[in-house]
Amino acid sequence: MSELHTLSVLVEDKPGVLARVSGLFSRRGFNINSLAVGPTEHPDISRMTIVVEVDELPMEQVTKQLNKLVHVIKIVELEPESSVQRELLLVKVRADATVRSQVLETVQLFRAKVVDVSPEAVTIEATGDADKLNALLRMLEPYGVREMVQSGMVAVGRGPRSITAAAVR
Amino acid sequence: MTTAPSRSGSAGPKPGPPPGRSAAPRTDAPGRSDATVPGPRIVDEPMTGAQSLVRSLEEIGCEVVFGLPGGTILPAYDPLLDSTKVRHILVRHEQGAGHAATGYAQATGKVGVCMATSGPGATNLVTPIADAHMDSVPLVAITGQQTRPLIGTDAFQEADITGITMPVTKHNVLVTEATEIPRAIAEAFHLASTGRPGPVLVDIPKDVLQEQTTFSWPPELQLPGYRPTTRPHGKQIREAARLIRESAKPVLYVGGGVLKAEAAEELRALAELTGAPVVTTLMARGVFPDSHPQHLGMPGMHGTVAAVASMQRADLLVALGSRFDDRVTGRLESFAPEAKVVHADIDPAEISKNRRADVPIVGDCKEVIAELIEAVRADHAEHGAPDLSAWWKQMGGLRDRYPLGYGEPADGSLSPEYVIERIGAIAGPDAVYAAGVGQHQMWAAQFVRYEKPRTWLNSGGLGTMGYAVPAAMGAKVGEPDTVVWCIDGDGCFQMTNQELATCAIEGIPIKVAVINNGNLGMVRQWQNLFYGERYSNTDLKTHKLRIPDFPMLAEAMGCVGLRVESAEDVDRVIHQAMEINDRPVVVEFVVGADAQVWPMVAAGTSNDEIKVARDIRPEFENDDLAASVDEVAEMTEQALSDAETDR
Repeated sequence: MSELHTLSVLVEDKPGVLARVSGLFSRRGFNINSLAVGPTEHPDISRMTIVVEVDELPMEQVTKQLNKLVHVIKIVELEPESSVQRELLLVKVRADATVRSQVLETVQLFRAKVVDVSPEAVTIEATGDADKLNALLRMLEPYGVREMVQSGMVAVGRGPRSITAAAVR
Repeated sequence: MTTAPSRSGSAGPKPGPPPGRSAAPRTDAPGRSDATVPGPRIVDEPMTGAQSLVRSLEEIGCEVVFGLPGGTILPAYDPLLDSTKVRHILVRHEQGAGHAATGYAQATGKVGVCMATSGPGATNLVTPIADAHMDSVPLVAITGQQTRPLIGTDAFQEADITGITMPVTKHNVLVTEATEIPRAIAEAFHLASTGRPGPVLVDIPKDVLQEQTTFSWPPELQLPGYRPTTRPHGKQIREAARLIRESAKPVLYVGGGVLKAEAAEELRALAELTGAPVVTTLMARGVFPDSHPQHLGMPGMHGTVAAVASMQRADLLVALGSRFDDRVTGRLESFAPEAKVVHADIDPAEISKNRRADVPIVGDCKEVIAELIEAVRADHAEHGAPDLSAWWKQMGGLRDRYPLGYGEPADGSLSPEYVIERIGAIAGPDAVYAAGVGQHQMWAAQFVRYEKPRTWLNSGGLGTMGYAVPAAMGAKVGEPDTVVWCIDGDGCFQMTNQELATCAIEGIPIKVAVINNGNLGMVRQWQNLFYGERYSNTDLKTHKLRIPDFPMLAEAMGCVGLRVESAEDVDRVIHQAMEINDRPVVVEFVVGADAQVWPMVAAGTSNDEIKVARDIRPEFENDDLAASVDEVAEMTEQALSDAETDR
């Protein structure tokens, strides 16, 4: 059975590096569940968090093939139990005066927050792992989800140790 | 004149670094590019980007560039005219430039270089780049690109060649500043030739070539993410040595990686130390002498019965620089069912990709084999060497019973196998042989006896028809004193024969054998076997209509054109071709259309289903010794149930 694996990939911040990584996944037939790219503490290095759904052995192939990309510096697999994993959700929910207080109660329960209000709708910002965000969405669905957008997952290992490019430069 | 003229003469630069050998091992220095680039120290010399490119090629030791100019690469061709160190060979089609650079690299071990303009020039390089990628050939492709302000505007002759070649290069780069040119070239050569070799493309916009810049050499390489492991892990080596000693039925499964690591001598020492049978894949032909008594031949779809059977029956496969390609394994689930696997490769991604390795070894095959020899020797000293006589009795028996062979065509036509066998016998093991793709390629792999590395060039992974003529041209440029035979088919030859004009004009006297069976022979063989003999679009009419007339075509391009139609003329005309050294020579051998390549394991079937000829299976499984585990289990079960009934 396939399972989800979270990879943290340090890459050189060069043009086309995202295309190289995503192209590798598609041509080798690996499925990306989510992908997030952003800067790191080092100005020349970006960090990608890639969630991929594969078996154990193909997983080994994924990391080995990724490592062959010249712009890929380091790959670490983050286990859910030993890392903090977060996604960001923005969701616009229909909420007129009759149901607004119920919606706001749900928002509070999930420690989410309202970032925009209009007479017919509220826009809610929530962060958390996939399970929490799914639960929130389930609660909000009855009111009518007008629009939603979600980020890819970002993750960082727990404890004092860090994945840095320090050793690299 | 017997050799190709060289503008560089004896004052030329030192040869470029051979793959895998150029840099100091740098496994322990992550991020620091301490690879040494040869050349004197030059600081801030003013020049244009184009001059910087040509200087970089000179400094890195590039002796020859195969290319064809066009709009965006024009600036680079201007200083190239003045270079006394870099010889440019003007091809007739960019695909020819790419395969020529590949042939040059495969024959010499140096980096092959090709150059083309943007757009169609660059896209014409895609096939040879993909070809070099599949066969791990050190290749640097330099392409012109539209000027920086025009990139992304669908400008004339613009193609996103870095995007297009991303999946088929080891790496590629678009150079955006003229100051980056020396580093881009040095990095390209370093990446192409170290670790697992492969093609690297450097795309340079026209205005970058025209820009004023300064040239410094050597540049510092900035490749923090590139750290190939060359030194194998000691524990894995000892574990491999232990498995080798414990094995009663070992096979050394040798691939092109051993050839690229220049480890032929080490391989021979390991083979003789262990006494194990050796099989050499299509990419490794020549790395172990065909005349060696431990050589069982080539494994795979058209391999020898002994080579295929040895792997199917082995209890240990020692895979050295080979990659368990589907053409070798047949149906993977039934491949070498009883074998443990030691897999050594410089590319970690090859290990356990297709077949799980029991002992994975990441490293350069030269170092791996050298260390294996030490470990096996120590292991033997402690525990004694295993007795492989039963294994050899079985495998030697199969080799004797099922040698490679062919029958005389029933219709009295000339046998293609005979022609190829005679070329190999007359030109001998010192010649270089380049083949196209198809039946003639398999016969050339089977019936030419290879004794030395880098004497057999072919397109193994991609299977590129049209590879042979330009590859032979490149090989002859790299090894001008060596006889180079291109063994081509009538289909392949019609794809790239325009480079014969290049050969004639540039003084590159290759010898071409066109094995004309009138058809796309391998496709026709499959139609014969698997499509009910319905020959859809495989008849090239090169028999029926004699279009083109190959000797006339050759003569038109400044070559000598000859034709052979009967067996008694074969030797005489091959000798005649061997005597011609002032021009390329093309010999058309009109051979029968019905000859087929045997043995054969049909695609997608088990290696156990190997046929030595149509509908004829060898008997290696009915052999007592060769009975499979399942058969033994079945027999045991039957015996037990018989005993039950008796009681």
